[in-house]
Amino acid sequence: MGSRVKCCYAGNFLKTVKCWRMARGGDLTKNAFNSSELDVSNAFSSNSRRFLTTFTKSYESDTGAQFSNAKVSSLPKYVKIVEVGPRDGLQNEKGIILTSVKIQLIQRLVAAGLPVVEATSFVSPKWVPQLADAKDVMAGVRNLEQTRLPVLVPNLKGFKAAIEAGAREVAIFAAASESFAKANTNCTVEESINRFREVCDAAKKQNISVRGYVSCVVGCPIEGPISPDKVAHVAKELLQLGCYEISLGDTIGIGNPGTVRRMLQAVMQEVPASKLGVHFHNTYGQALVNIVVALQMGINVVDSSVAGLGGCPYAKGATGNVATEEVLYLLEGLGIKTGWTNFMPPYWAMNGQH
Amino acid sequence: MGSRVKCCYAGNFLKTVKCWRMARGGDLTKNAFNSSELDVSNAFSSNSRRFLTTFTKSYESDTGAQFSNAKVSSLPKYVKIVEVGPRDGLQNEKGIILTSVKIQLIQRLVAAGLPVVEATSFVSPKWVPQLADAKDVMAGVRNLEQTRLPVLVPNLKGFKAAIEAGAREVAIFAAASESFAKANTNCTVEESINRFREVCDAAKKQNISVRGYVSCVVGCPIEGPISPDKVAHVAKELLQLGCYEISLGDTIGIGNPGTVRRMLQAVMQEVPASKLGVHFHNTYGQALVNIVVALQMGINVVDSSVAGLGGCPYAKGATGNVATEEVLYLLEGLGIKTGVDLAQVEETGKFICEHIGRASGVKVGRSMSRTKGMSKL
Repeated sequence: MGSRVKCCYAGNFLKTVKCWRMARGGDLTKNAFNSSELDVSNAFSSNSRRFLTTFTKSYESDTGAQFSNAKVSSLPKYVKIVEVGPRDGLQNEKGIILTSVKIQLIQRLVAAGLPVVEATSFVSPKWVPQLADAKDVMAGVRNLEQTRLPVLVPNLKGFKAAIEAGAREVAIFAAASESFAKANTNCTVEESINRFREVCDAAKKQNISVRGYVSCVVGCPIEGPISPDKVAHVAKELLQLGCYEISLGDTIGIGNPGTVRRMLQAVMQEVPASKLGVHFHNTYGQALVNIVVALQMGINVVDSSVAGLGGCPYAKGATGNVATEEVLYLLEGLGIKTGWTNFMPPYWAMNGQH
Repeated sequence: MGSRVKCCYAGNFLKTVKCWRMARGGDLTKNAFNSSELDVSNAFSSNSRRFLTTFTKSYESDTGAQFSNAKVSSLPKYVKIVEVGPRDGLQNEKGIILTSVKIQLIQRLVAAGLPVVEATSFVSPKWVPQLADAKDVMAGVRNLEQTRLPVLVPNLKGFKAAIEAGAREVAIFAAASESFAKANTNCTVEESINRFREVCDAAKKQNISVRGYVSCVVGCPIEGPISPDKVAHVAKELLQLGCYEISLGDTIGIGNPGTVRRMLQAVMQEVPASKLGVHFHNTYGQALVNIVVALQMGINVVDSSVAGLGGCPYAKGATGNVATEEVLYLLEGLGIKTGVDLAQVEETGKFICEHIGRASGVKVGRSMSRTKGMSKL
């Protein structure tokens, strides 16, 4: 009974879905699913297995396949991990870490297959003493040409120092919260964006890519919940400055699937998902579920920090960055490629079993 | 353009979905969604806001509403948290904790609104010295009649001791892995199930509810990956013995959304989701995403441990049980009711951690003291 009747009604369903999509008057793929992921019209055809690329093996029962259509079919096939451990992770460490150790860290992360590793920061050593050796770190990683090694810069002066030190890519940041901008950079959000305009103009002239960060995208430690529209506005501004990608940071980790979804929807009205990344903190243990929400919405860039380095300066003792290892474990389990070359399953690798 | 055209095609869609459901020849709600959750036929009617009960406020854009229909509409409205801290959490602690502290812990958890709190275990003190005071703990919580307080029992002897001590509900356990059963209980899986048959028969005679645990539902520290069919078989056996609920434990926490989904699908061929709970360990940080998978598949019972008590005995230093605080934070964010007060659980976590003499293993607990107001976000 199953398949013949299914095809009959699948026909109706297909027509309905196609009309529904046209009726919306827009391309549903605007929300940055690859069309192969969103192409629901394949869902019930004989190509359904092709459609369910990441789950062909797992879903044998019909009911299971229906669930996977609804819920995991929209996952990207590949996720780019942006490793922020050497910068965002280390900058909060109290004890100064040797330059040689930082260089080795970056080399190991690159060797493991991570496509982007944030190497260091050219923020004044007065504020971030841990990364005072930025110039030396950059000298030590100069030969790692196959990997993108962005560095954080706070202004034009920092940008120039970064370029002189050999940086080929930079990162800038703006807060979605006025209070946080005031406390962190002593200016308004608008002023900070204008400050970065000159950085981005200079970067454009020298063919240097710029990545943008937005902080406090769900909540601010000072003013509380942040309006999704504000986040969308700031993200759009950074995009218009020339950033190739905007990383949305839940700085205090209070996001949950509900608030994160709402925020991402607002942002994706202004910035396509293909230009977005997520930088979720794990302060309340919600980072992985929030990442799954982002993946389902078409975002396929995730920031994480090796060993979960980098606490939360606003909640003493709390964790901060989500651990790269946990993100990789999740993505491997979802059948999503990352380029990570060293992944070893636990226990059985140790016992020599598969 | 939007709503008029939408209604026109919604009509076709509704008919298709209804036929589709009938064509399957079965009740799709068998997989334990409340029919209101699975009733996709409402999705595009004027009642769509009612359908999206937990997300009415969040989804303003049409595209957003589509996403939520597809992905979160199948979440249960209510999740029962089974708090295992006093038993599964404490049993791995080295330093012996005073009976009075254990009793206070249970009292606080009950006061926080947890509907089920696993109080202690009647496994021989030779194996679990921490819970040698099981009888005294039960005496101390005798008055907490409104809450279910199951106790773990390994055999008929333990069952009798538990009943004598005042237990009104017991829990039994079986492994989905032969190697693990051999190492843990020195018998095969089949033998352990037979051993529990007499416990369940005695329980039935005395009107005592029995909860069943299956361990190693995704992987075993000895033999590696476990076949989902084996897990389904063991779960079914426990159900047939008379367990009212089977809790599926990822004992070494290696589950991920893919393997967990596959395992749950196999189990749900034999045991309805309404009789299942999930007991995911957070050893690889995957517990919450795995819980979401389970919720989406219709399971609405989650085991967790206050302050994330209870490490993983198979991976030194690793975390074990998922923290109740983090589960509550997730469920609140998803708009799912639990009846539990997160702040009180967090206080309880601090309380027990002080007595154990270490920092809370849960991120929420560490965070909330400084960012208390943020927890409302």
